[in-house]
Amino acid sequence: MSILRTENLGLVYGKGTPFEKKAVNNVNIEINKGEVVGIIGHTGSGKSSLVQMLNGLFKPTSGTVYYNDTDIFANPKELRKIRFNIGLVFQYPENQLFEETVAKDISFGPKNMGLSDEEIQIKVKKAAHFAGLKEELLERSPFDLSGGEKRRAAIAGVIAMEPEILILDEPTAGLDPVGKDVLLSQIEAYHKESQNTVLIVSHNMEDIARISDRVLLMNNSEALMFDTPENVFSRVDELKSVGLRIPEITEITSKLKRRGINLPDGILTVEAAFKEICSLLSKGGKADA
Amino acid sequence: MRDITLGQYFPSNGILHKLDARIKILLLIAYIVIIFCSFNFFALGLVVLFAITTVILSRVPVKMFLKSLKTIIIIVLITSILNLFYGSGEPLCQWWIFTITLNGIFNAITVTLRIICLVIVSSALTFTTSPTDMTDGLEKLMKPLTVFHISVHEIAMMMTIALRFVPTLLEETDKIMSAQKARGADMESGNLVKRIKALIPILVPLFVSSFRRAYDLAMAMECRCYRGGKGRTRLKQMKMGKRDVFACVFMLILISGVVLCDVFLSGIIPS
Repeated sequence: MSILRTENLGLVYGKGTPFEKKAVNNVNIEINKGEVVGIIGHTGSGKSSLVQMLNGLFKPTSGTVYYNDTDIFANPKELRKIRFNIGLVFQYPENQLFEETVAKDISFGPKNMGLSDEEIQIKVKKAAHFAGLKEELLERSPFDLSGGEKRRAAIAGVIAMEPEILILDEPTAGLDPVGKDVLLSQIEAYHKESQNTVLIVSHNMEDIARISDRVLLMNNSEALMFDTPENVFSRVDELKSVGLRIPEITEITSKLKRRGINLPDGILTVEAAFKEICSLLSKGGKADA
Repeated sequence: MRDITLGQYFPSNGILHKLDARIKILLLIAYIVIIFCSFNFFALGLVVLFAITTVILSRVPVKMFLKSLKTIIIIVLITSILNLFYGSGEPLCQWWIFTITLNGIFNAITVTLRIICLVIVSSALTFTTSPTDMTDGLEKLMKPLTVFHISVHEIAMMMTIALRFVPTLLEETDKIMSAQKARGADMESGNLVKRIKALIPILVPLFVSSFRRAYDLAMAMECRCYRGGKGRTRLKQMKMGKRDVFACVFMLILISGVVLCDVFLSGIIPS
């Protein structure tokens, strides 16, 4: 069952002025309940505009978005409630922190939902756990945290609303490699535990390959591909023509394959490649393991 | 948020864009003086003609000028109505304490035209001069003030930086507003107190990022050995060209035209 569906979705900036620009053009996608969708595309391909329409922050100039089969723009007064169900984490979300303590900042969303204090307490704890924030950080000022902790506190602020769909716009941008890895594992764990739908916008192909069930490729404000990561990343030449690359490990294994080594298509992670190569070696009787 | 037109630069390739900023500022001052020295309809006609010429030469859409006029429409209405009832001479019609005279009508029209011309030509200056050119021009023009120990360069630099960060801050505000809206912030409903409270989640992050930007910028300037205006040379030297001379001649013609109208044609229509 599709939880989120778009119909001829389009957005034009500055309509009727000399600065007119098409940001999103005729996008038709269907996202299923519980899946992880990776959104990739070159800078300026319309990814951010797309996700901001999905939770009703931008009003599309054509087409519309259906959440559980209801048009989210049909009733402008209900839009705020929609945003509690479709949570969006912006790029560099740490810039939105404003409260005295981390706990208070995380509770901003739930408070806006009009929940009671006890419920808020529970949600804040739960969100902090999902985002991997240590409990002792909750009473600190958000401005005293490290960069990675700030990022996680901001993400917890959206998770605390317990949205059915969580959208993250470049969640790992600007973090160090370890921070990136930890955050991504956290998102994976969140998805596993909550079984909620997750959409991730990213420039990092390795991240996308590792985490997503399906990949949406945006190019020139249009949806060019929407398929499993194996299928998307096997179309190497097309990806390269739109200025994207495939995960390094996929590139290596496909090159090995071209040299006559019998590896399957669509190896996306180092772990998978390791397994395949080991089994290949043991078949050839050259490996000890 | 982005509909602020007054003082907005509109890039184009018109002749007014190429004029020296200093000349433009001086000409604007001369024009403002002339506006208030035009005492009859002939002189005023010349002034209006000049304003129309500037609009055409600026190559900026007329819509932009109308937008900047929209912001002062109330001032124009109030002053013209006040002038309408404060004329002297024979009353045309009278009701309670209000009397309308020919002189009053003339005054009202004059004031309206004067304010409109003033705003149009001033906006033409800001539309056709980039903020950096403008502050450079102002710095050069105010240079003589250094005699009185006024640090002209520092003031100009502060103005440049402030103008430079207006669009950046607007963009930042937009972004933070969207981010808080995504967390369910409600900025459109509620009473005054509630609305002011709703601004806190936007203002705090905005201040934090502004301070960070200020530190970063100060650091970057020091890294490039910025030491104030002393001995500083410019990448873009300001040079007067032929068109600047033409512009001055044009203004002189206007001035003499207005003065001639004031002197010789004043008897035709009473003022």
